[in-house]
Amino acid sequence: MSYLRKSLKYLPLLLLAAPAISAHADELAVLTAKLEASDAQNAYIFNTLLFLIGGFLVMWMAAGFAMLEAGLVRTKNVSMQCLKNISLYAVAGVMFWLIGYSFAYGITEGGYISTNLGWQNFGAGADNSAGYSGASDWFFQMVFCATTASIVSGTLAERIKFWPFLLFTALLTGFIYPIVASWEWGTGWLDALGFADFAGSTLVHSTGGWAALAGAIILGARAGKYGANGQINPIPGSNMTLATLGVFILWLGWFGFNGASQLAMGTISDVTDVSKIFVNTNMAACAGVVVAIFYTQLRYKKIDLTMALNGALAGLVAITAEPLTPSVPVAMLVGGIGSLLAMLAVPLLDKFKIDDVVGAIPVHLVAGIFGTLAVAFTNPDVKFMPQLIGVVAVGVFVFSISAVLWFAMKKTIGIRVSEEEEYVGLDQAELGVAAYPEFVS
Amino acid sequence: MKKVEAIIKPFKLDEVKEALQALGITGMTVLEAKGFGRQKGHTEMYRGAEYVVDFLPKLKIELVVPSDQVEAIIDAIKTVAGTGKIGDGKIFVVDVEQAVRIRTGETGASAL
Repeated sequence: MSYLRKSLKYLPLLLLAAPAISAHADELAVLTAKLEASDAQNAYIFNTLLFLIGGFLVMWMAAGFAMLEAGLVRTKNVSMQCLKNISLYAVAGVMFWLIGYSFAYGITEGGYISTNLGWQNFGAGADNSAGYSGASDWFFQMVFCATTASIVSGTLAERIKFWPFLLFTALLTGFIYPIVASWEWGTGWLDALGFADFAGSTLVHSTGGWAALAGAIILGARAGKYGANGQINPIPGSNMTLATLGVFILWLGWFGFNGASQLAMGTISDVTDVSKIFVNTNMAACAGVVVAIFYTQLRYKKIDLTMALNGALAGLVAITAEPLTPSVPVAMLVGGIGSLLAMLAVPLLDKFKIDDVVGAIPVHLVAGIFGTLAVAFTNPDVKFMPQLIGVVAVGVFVFSISAVLWFAMKKTIGIRVSEEEEYVGLDQAELGVAAYPEFVS
Repeated sequence: MKKVEAIIKPFKLDEVKEALQALGITGMTVLEAKGFGRQKGHTEMYRGAEYVVDFLPKLKIELVVPSDQVEAIIDAIKTVAGTGKIGDGKIFVVDVEQAVRIRTGETGASAL
């Protein structure tokens, strides 16, 4: 701006020295070019900053998942749950670097699968062409891939074998998730159809949810969870404090998850949009909690903390597909309905003897599907049919491939620990590191 | 020598301990226990599924004392540990064959 002010000071001189105007016109053009370059530089910096900050906020969600899951499993399985969480985050990073990113973004416009595959190189110096640093974009996308993998570990806790789980994670993060992401964010065929998923209600949350559902069905329920006469035996979690902390951490991370999905912060319009997204994201979670505590109080005569925590997350998942266009009341409605659907889904899974230890399927799959369909009603530019097609296509793809993988592993290397190992606990059976060695159960 | 075993409600521990110390007892052991008698359990709810908790938390106090102190101890515990409600607990008295103080090797009454 100071260049412009300086050039305005010269204006009277220019008028007096008419013959010299053309020479000064050249100078003006040079200054204008410098101004534009400065704008572009600022935009690059702010866009990159958004990716970096949003990226590490979403990375922190990995801690949230770890704490939530550690709190909802029994003490004898806590170390294993922690191990699964830190391992899947690591594997996701490696696989997404190795091949995942190229599946997600190497696809041609309107295409079905990328053939432009390979690992990522981030050369030295700035690459100004896209308006942001390539490394920051990869970093931001990678943490979304890791989030998808985190969803699966909660559902399958307390009875799955570690290495088969990690193998599935590698395939989910290297192939399944990136292919799904390529269809929309990579400008593939779903994007061409008009499907909209701002930050990943379908691409991340439903994908994780479908993979978890397929796994839960094929893995089977925990021993003793379902009785012979249809009774449902609760297996309470070991640490409500950790579970609550986990949800707060996830809530915080979600501001990066949704906010930075604006993918730009270099203009007033963009940064204003990011602010609105923060607000809507927060309010959807608030509504989710309120619905959950009212619902459990009325339905069960006692509020269930773990379901109140699920309610916050379900609200967040639901708004994730479109956190920008709704007004605050509409965002709260979306979050509230997402939470209500999750509340209904929890006992429904039990009815079908599908044992989801943390409620990941109600939160991520059910609320994710709802949130995606709701975009047709909250964003005037989006139609219902493309949303439905996207939900179904991703569902069919992810569920069937996941089911094939889980089934193949079950038949070859086995995916479930033995009855005795399940009884003594995975920490002792598979790990040798107890989470609470001073407390004997 | 007799061993007095008393199952009491956990919150009564301090009162029972003080009452017994007032009688001059030389030691006691406290164990965490759970159990039920006529006191029914309660139902809990977790993620939409109900479950019955039959066992209630209790404390078990054990004292090994000379036989002549048993009556006074039973009276003290009965008075202090009772609330009048179901679940107050029970007291059992058993014979003790032998007692040994590990540090000195004393046996019998001098070990207590």
